[in-house]
Amino acid sequence: MPVSELLLAPLALALLAGFVVVSYGADRALAARAAGRELTAAGLSPWPDVARLLLQRRRTTTAPDALLWRVGGAGPLVAAALMLAVVPFGDTVIADLPVGIVWFNAMDVLLWAFIWLAGWGAASATALIGGYRYLAQALAYELPLMFALTAPAVAAASLDVREVVAAQGDRWHVVEMPIAFAVFLLCVAAFSLWGPFRAPAGSDLAGGVFAETSGVDRLLLLAGRHALVVAGAAFAVPLFLGGGAGPLLPDWTWQLLKTLAVLLLLVVVRRRLPVLRPERFAEVGWVLLVPLTLLQVLVTSLIVLAEAP
Amino acid sequence: MTPDDVTAEAVTTVVFVLLALVAVGFGFLVFRVDSMARATFALAVSFVAVGGILLLLDLDYLGVVVVVMMVMEMAIMAVFMIAYMMNPAGLMPMSMYHDKARAMSVAVGTFVVLAGGALLVDWPERQGAPPADVTEQVGLGIMGSHMLVMMGIGAVILTTIVSALVLASARSRYDRLGDDLKTRPARDPIRGGVGP
Amino acid sequence: MSLEALLVVAAALIAIGLYGALSQQSIVMLMMGLELMLNGVIVAAASFWYYVAPSRPDGQVLVLVVISVMTIEMAMGFAVQTAIFRAGDVELTDEATELSG
Repeated sequence: MPVSELLLAPLALALLAGFVVVSYGADRALAARAAGRELTAAGLSPWPDVARLLLQRRRTTTAPDALLWRVGGAGPLVAAALMLAVVPFGDTVIADLPVGIVWFNAMDVLLWAFIWLAGWGAASATALIGGYRYLAQALAYELPLMFALTAPAVAAASLDVREVVAAQGDRWHVVEMPIAFAVFLLCVAAFSLWGPFRAPAGSDLAGGVFAETSGVDRLLLLAGRHALVVAGAAFAVPLFLGGGAGPLLPDWTWQLLKTLAVLLLLVVVRRRLPVLRPERFAEVGWVLLVPLTLLQVLVTSLIVLAEAP
Repeated sequence: MTPDDVTAEAVTTVVFVLLALVAVGFGFLVFRVDSMARATFALAVSFVAVGGILLLLDLDYLGVVVVVMMVMEMAIMAVFMIAYMMNPAGLMPMSMYHDKARAMSVAVGTFVVLAGGALLVDWPERQGAPPADVTEQVGLGIMGSHMLVMMGIGAVILTTIVSALVLASARSRYDRLGDDLKTRPARDPIRGGVGP
Repeated sequence: MSLEALLVVAAALIAIGLYGALSQQSIVMLMMGLELMLNGVIVAAASFWYYVAPSRPDGQVLVLVVISVMTIEMAMGFAVQTAIFRAGDVELTDEATELSG
């Protein structure tokens, strides 16, 4: 990839940071509303928490596996940043991979490793249980996610994200494949430990994978969680919502606006649904979602055949 | 060759050497570390390096698929390693080898034979060039000329699912559905999320 | 980066995997040795595709087959390990002797 597009990487990271701040603020606003507190600018800002975590002394357990723990803690943020590398902003994309959709899948599979390592490295029972719960949940959502990613690829006859955007000229994919869109958003919540899928980081486990983290590690893991939701929302736009298509404003503006809309939808949903237990979700994932997404791919293929010239 | 070609080839060679060293080095580390989690993830790093080598060979889809499949497998393998190994965290140094000298000599002998063969055999010339869309080539291949392979793998994977569950499950269908297989709802220790 | 260099890397991976498969006492570590050997086979198959017959899909299909084989072998290996562990608390290759002799 040419050097000029590598220089876009800092800009993309800055955008990611900006959206993480927005996500955190929106989440805090909804939490304050739910608790009946009034909204203040200071209450929505992440900077006090960031400062506190940066200055906090690191807590540790008796015999942690420090290397694996740090890798697991920093991993989700790195995975989110790499997911953004294939999202097109208008005409520019950092890494124009011909297999962008599979790359996104690879990055979310890396989370299997990272979050389990964050649970294992802490050498604490609750953290370990959190890590194992994540693997149980991941086994359930991974196959539906793969099929939900296959549907837009089939419709566009390509694994390249830019070609998927180009194929949505007359009709956005969300109209054609709503089940795939819904399952994709559900899986974004699942791999970010968000909303109904927060069992691995659950309050019944004293924070689960977050239990023993402190200081910079905790900041990285919390930021990584928000960053994953942002990256998932940003990837949903070129896959299902037409990319940068829209009247009046330039492509990259529409990309940002649509990402913001999907992100706010995910933040609103976060507190509305109860926690799903991983063992219950396993049956839902395999018995309900896999056949549904397979049917979705079948319907999409039939539409492609019907519209073939 | 233009200067651009020379730099591109130099970069490719450097990246290849790095990836090869990571793959082989971490592969060897798998058997040298004490902690089971570290062994499993050393193997995962080795696989990611192999995926990178495949990317260098223009095999975009297969390279990324190797990373996807292998990291998933290593995460599941880690669960089983922790379950079955006596010293999973490596807190005590241990040496779980038998026949180390013989294994080493067999391995070195195999390497000498294979590498010697690789260097001495007169490999055939390249026939043709990679197509423009490498992924389409493999897709059309497994759905067209090599569909028997695809069907065979499908059947084998189904067999594996069934046999792995039969072997690993402590409860049979008679435990679940009663002696006459007529008890509904099924007697499971964990209630599922769908249905009764 | 030539065919010979890639095949030497594949040979190294196969040799290290073989060392692990022969020398490990624990069944799960033995399986990791087998995985490394199949890793080497993937590198070899991909390099043959690229340097000998890139216009045909055969090399790529072989890589797909080997990836499936790795998954299948791991699934069956862990299922067998679970079964014999449940039957007799066996976790080392030296103890899994029911069919020997």
